Amino acid sequence: MVDRAGFAENSLQDSLHNQPMYLQYFLLLSAALFCIGVYGLVTSRNAVRVLMSIELMLNAVNLNLMAFSNYLDGVTIKGQVFTVFVITVAAAEAAVGLAILLAIYRNRDTVDMEQFNLLKW
Amino acid sequence: MNLAEGVQLVSFIVLSVTMIVAALGVVLSANIVYSAFLLGGVFISISGLYLLLNASFVAAAQLLIYVGAINVLILFAIMLVNKGEAFKPLKYLWLRQLVTAFVCAGLFVLLSTMVVTTPWDLSLAVPIGDEAIYVIAQHFFTDYLLPFELASVLLLMALIGAIVLARREFFADAPPAPETKEDLLLPERPRELVGSTKE
Repeated sequence: MVDRAGFAENSLQDSLHNQPMYLQYFLLLSAALFCIGVYGLVTSRNAVRVLMSIELMLNAVNLNLMAFSNYLDGVTIKGQVFTVFVITVAAAEAAVGLAILLAIYRNRDTVDMEQFNLLKW
Repeated sequence: MNLAEGVQLVSFIVLSVTMIVAALGVVLSANIVYSAFLLGGVFISISGLYLLLNASFVAAAQLLIYVGAINVLILFAIMLVNKGEAFKPLKYLWLRQLVTAFVCAGLFVLLSTMVVTTPWDLSLAVPIGDEAIYVIAQHFFTDYLLPFELASVLLLMALIGAIVLARREFFADAPPAPETKEDLLLPERPRELVGSTKE
């Protein structure tokens, strides 16, 4: 167990932790990951890759939540609780999404997103 | 995590570069199997970033659930639907990709401006490090008890729904005729021969 009683260590952690730029670094990183996910979601033609892009976007949101939880709410870490819930919902979404993909593949015999156009005017 | 500042910074740079390169590989790679393995790299890098953010429990959960479950599930789905088909070329595909790239770059610039210009109200308290798992457990069983129980119901619904969606539509009652037995026809996908792999 970490002994956090020493004042020197406390002040060291304070000075380490309250570097004001670190939060911005994490937020910029998650913004970049989210934009890559959006690009993949729109431009992919393989349906499995679309599901992977959705996972990328969910991970970007998780990274955002964790960064806020650490830098803005370090004592009552509600962001970590939200991240665990998001991971749970993402697991359910991946299972159902891949099952839907298998059903579509059985019906249409392709995974090309451009040919899933039964509902297109 | 009690790491020196330089170690933290170097780890952050290495993990973020790995994550961005692997994410670009997921989106841009031509082979879908490479994309799936690079997605595992993205998940592992994000788990390392969680360790940098004093959250060892969520990092372990990320490794177990994403790399161990979701990535393997995606690989199995690729194995089930991988026909090696060549997609038909589309008109204006390059225009679509160009417009999407511009929109995503604009979104990134917008988000970056917001992140840099906002004065964040940083907390002055020392973050709890390894005791985070106790706090998470207290949250789960006191003020987040209802979402925690609903998550179990959601997982049960997803389990049953995935099985109902992905099972076979019909089963062959009688064994197939002997002349079709040499071709090894699958009963649910009669169009594709099993032995016919493209070289």
